[in-house]
Amino acid sequence: MPRLLSRLLLGLVLVVGLAAGRGLAQSSAPSDTPAPASQAGATPSTADRLAQLEQQVADARSSGDNAWMLTSAALVLMMTGPGLALFYAGLVRKKNVLATMMQSFAMMVLVTVLWALFGYSLVFHGGGGFLGGLGYLFLKGVGAAPNPDYAATIPQQTFMVYQLMFAIITPGLITGAFAERMKFSAMLLFMTLWTIIVYDPMAHMVWGKGGLLNAALGGAFPTLDFAGGTVVHVTSGVSALVCALYLGKRLGYPKEPMPPHSVVLSFIGACLLWVGWFGFNAGSALAAGSLASSAFVATHFGAAAAALGWAGAEWLTRGKASVLGAISGAVAGLVAITPASGFVGPMPALVIGLVAGVFCYFMVAKVKGLFGYDDSLDVFGVHGAGGTIGALLTGVFASQAVNAIYKDSKGNTLPVGLIDGNAHQLLNQFVGVIIAWALAIVGTLVILKIVDVVVGLRVPAEHEIQGLDLSQHGEEGYNLEV
Amino acid sequence: MKKIEAIIQPSRFDSVKDALHEIGVEGMTVLEVRGHGRQKGHTEFYRGNEYTVDLLPKIKIEMVVPDALAEQAVQAILKAAKTGKIGDGKVFLTHVDDAIRIRNDERGDAAL
Repeated sequence: MPRLLSRLLLGLVLVVGLAAGRGLAQSSAPSDTPAPASQAGATPSTADRLAQLEQQVADARSSGDNAWMLTSAALVLMMTGPGLALFYAGLVRKKNVLATMMQSFAMMVLVTVLWALFGYSLVFHGGGGFLGGLGYLFLKGVGAAPNPDYAATIPQQTFMVYQLMFAIITPGLITGAFAERMKFSAMLLFMTLWTIIVYDPMAHMVWGKGGLLNAALGGAFPTLDFAGGTVVHVTSGVSALVCALYLGKRLGYPKEPMPPHSVVLSFIGACLLWVGWFGFNAGSALAAGSLASSAFVATHFGAAAAALGWAGAEWLTRGKASVLGAISGAVAGLVAITPASGFVGPMPALVIGLVAGVFCYFMVAKVKGLFGYDDSLDVFGVHGAGGTIGALLTGVFASQAVNAIYKDSKGNTLPVGLIDGNAHQLLNQFVGVIIAWALAIVGTLVILKIVDVVVGLRVPAEHEIQGLDLSQHGEEGYNLEV
Repeated sequence: MKKIEAIIQPSRFDSVKDALHEIGVEGMTVLEVRGHGRQKGHTEFYRGNEYTVDLLPKIKIEMVVPDALAEQAVQAILKAAKTGKIGDGKVFLTHVDDAIRIRNDERGDAAL
């Protein structure tokens, strides 16, 4: 009798469990799932069922990759607003806090429109050595179907909007060099021309199919740049130096003290940049696989080691480790690990970060003072210097064990970086860096000349003294008495 | 009646205020100010740039008291504000001709 009861109970549990399982399955299945073939009467052949299975596997992979890439796109946008906006705004005097934030925000809106009209096409359509084509003008044909040249598992729209976020932050970085003295109108015109003349060609050369420096799609000088060391940081950092030299110093610099008005804002901004950078670097795997994990790890370790490097160098030379030093170091490390993130393991990431942290500290604290240029928020010292050293160290540490990007005709993997046994890669990295420097210098000079003639670059002296918040935007950042 | 202006360390303000209340000072005006005497500020470093900050934050207390209370108030401030270190501040005394309460036109000590 007890045995019968226990069997009955077991049966009941099974029935309830099955019913619940079926209910769950039904509620999670999309309503447009086609009815199983057996209900239609015919038994599907093995080939049909295999094809169906393959399609389902591909769909599953696609939705996983797409989820990560959309998340990454949002993370990279967060780097500009509010990350970079806060980071920079804290470093200026309080009369310029809004104008500085507005320069980052303006990139979010201006570059977005340019990208939709022609920017994406100039970078990613066609196979020229220096610039893409016009086939994706107005985003024609950029839809749900993947573009297998770049990312075969996600809709091209996802790829397009992800790449847009890079095009936004790159000019945003430059704004730190001419902070507190450039006209808003001049800034808008400068950035419009800069994305066309400098960013779009450089991004095409490194990432576009057939680009001169493209390592995966048949470039003449395959330069390793996983997430934008040359495209984003060298171009913006070097252009920033040219801007600082062309515009001249802020009134009163360096005699008048111009300390950051709120390191608190900069701290929040820097931490948002760090988090957003996971989308920037790990997202550059363009899929949610193990390469994304590897890049995520390298990114984090590079940032940490660089913060220690910068703050440690400060501690040794000044006697104190500052908060601004630690966060600046973290950003420098994130910059330097950007080109390497998809090619190196955790230990080289620590080395790259540490070197970048110390190197950028000396660029900012010593070299800038020696030359006397007013790169107000140290865009060159952090992004130009950090990007250059990161691009070169990528050629040293890149490893086939992490990313087997080079293969011979039989499909065997080949060494990638110097330590791997491919010394030639270092030369290619030099070529990539030199082209980025040259394009940034020449392009920026030409653009500055044009903008200077058309609208004038600097605000009048009395506006600079009054502050750009009031003179350019008619607002104040802090109305604490109200 | 006398006007007392005391410039003190911000960290001593609560003690000074309590000491003044204890001896019967009923009103005061408090200002957050910046300045320096012999204490010569400090240096700050931002990315290798050195800035000398020579104007330091201080609290300035202003009050007008009857002549009879003035010395007592000064002593209370001195005792409560003293840390013995450079930068403790100063107390200034001035003669005041008259005081008028706006609400009811009272004058002199009655208005204090």
